Amino acid sequence: MPVEIWQISWFTILVASLATLIMMPFGIAVAWLLARWTFPGKTALETFVSLPLVLPPVATGLILLRLLARRGPVGRLLDNAGIEFLFTWKAVVLAMAVLGFPLLVRTARAGFEQVNQRYELVAQTLGASRLRVFFTVSLPLASRAVVAGILLAFSRSLGEFGATVMVAGSIPGGTRTLASGIYNYVEIGQDTNANSLLIISIILAFGAVWLSNHIARSANH
Amino acid sequence: MRTSIVLDMLVRLDAFNLEVHEHLDSEVVALFGPTGSGKTTMLETIAGLQHALQGEIRIGSHLLFSSRAGVDVPVWQRRVGYVPQDVALFPHMDVRRNITYGHWPSSVLSFDRVVDLLDIEPLFSRPITVLSGGERQRVAIARALLSSPNILLLDEPLTGFDNVFRQEALRYLGRLRNELDIPMFYVSHDKNEILEIADWVIVIERGQVERAGEPCTVLSEHA
Repeated sequence: MPVEIWQISWFTILVASLATLIMMPFGIAVAWLLARWTFPGKTALETFVSLPLVLPPVATGLILLRLLARRGPVGRLLDNAGIEFLFTWKAVVLAMAVLGFPLLVRTARAGFEQVNQRYELVAQTLGASRLRVFFTVSLPLASRAVVAGILLAFSRSLGEFGATVMVAGSIPGGTRTLASGIYNYVEIGQDTNANSLLIISIILAFGAVWLSNHIARSANH
Repeated sequence: MRTSIVLDMLVRLDAFNLEVHEHLDSEVVALFGPTGSGKTTMLETIAGLQHALQGEIRIGSHLLFSSRAGVDVPVWQRRVGYVPQDVALFPHMDVRRNITYGHWPSSVLSFDRVVDLLDIEPLFSRPITVLSGGERQRVAIARALLSSPNILLLDEPLTGFDNVFRQEALRYLGRLRNELDIPMFYVSHDKNEILEIADWVIVIERGQVERAGEPCTVLSEHA
């Protein structure tokens, strides 16, 4: 198998892993917030978090592009700080994180909602602050669903294409992922390379989703 | 030494309001009344799990709630040892981790003393899921005691158990009453339990205190 196939595969796994690590604290926090708290704007937050699930990925990518372009509200700040973002690996990570985030939040939220609130309330009567209750009671009891959500988000990141090519393109040796690599190789007629990436994609996605479903099922038991 | 307790609360419930105005000075106060009368709500309000609209809750010198002074101490700072009816032992922790969850080295009650009082050392090696109902109750009480509470709140700790367990449990509760200096609120439907364990009883019906006094007097009048 050509070196570039392995390079693309490892690059995809690395950026998807980094995207997942970045997603995790925010996704878990938002999931817990939505599961346990009532506040003004909750419905708006739920809707906003779910948007990347229903928008076409290229549309999400276009939104990110507008924000991160040199004249965009965020791009301007990055440019002033001398940080190059668009069409680098950083943009790939961001696109993956944005698209995977709703899956993590939805799955983890379901886990937190299944935790019997009596345990959390009794823990408070034993002197535990809300933060301690979260880390010692809520999160451990919801851990299987949270892990399942993380794996689901990771597998979504692995296969992310539309938003990624909008903000990072498909630069060989730079920002080319499994998904954009398959597209490019098919475009130029290199079917063997495309098939190699396809097989690797299937193996990774199958493994991640299978594990996620397995953990989620054991959480329901 | 007895602890003075001020319970002056108005709590809004679905069907009626719970209204209590009691100044107490007893070791074990029993709450007696039919299901749905507000007994559990009263315990939960003391613990801070339900909110009073107005009034005052004071345990000794510890003011937990005062609508007039704008005081509403958060649940985790109230130092209330609450044992709910469903016990709510943490399923992801073993017995030892459950009972030490709220325990600090500087706690007034030592770990060894509580374990000895409730005879739970033989349970340490067992997972929560295999404990009997009585064992779960003792573990839950130990957990509450080791959090150094200013007051112990027990919600129907003996309901649903057979007479053998009840007698054994009453023996443990008697030891707690005799050997510890912690006031106890004890919810029960059973007059015999109350006569055996409590030195004061409050009879509640539909959120109102019908009568209060010494158990032998109050319960004989309450047919």
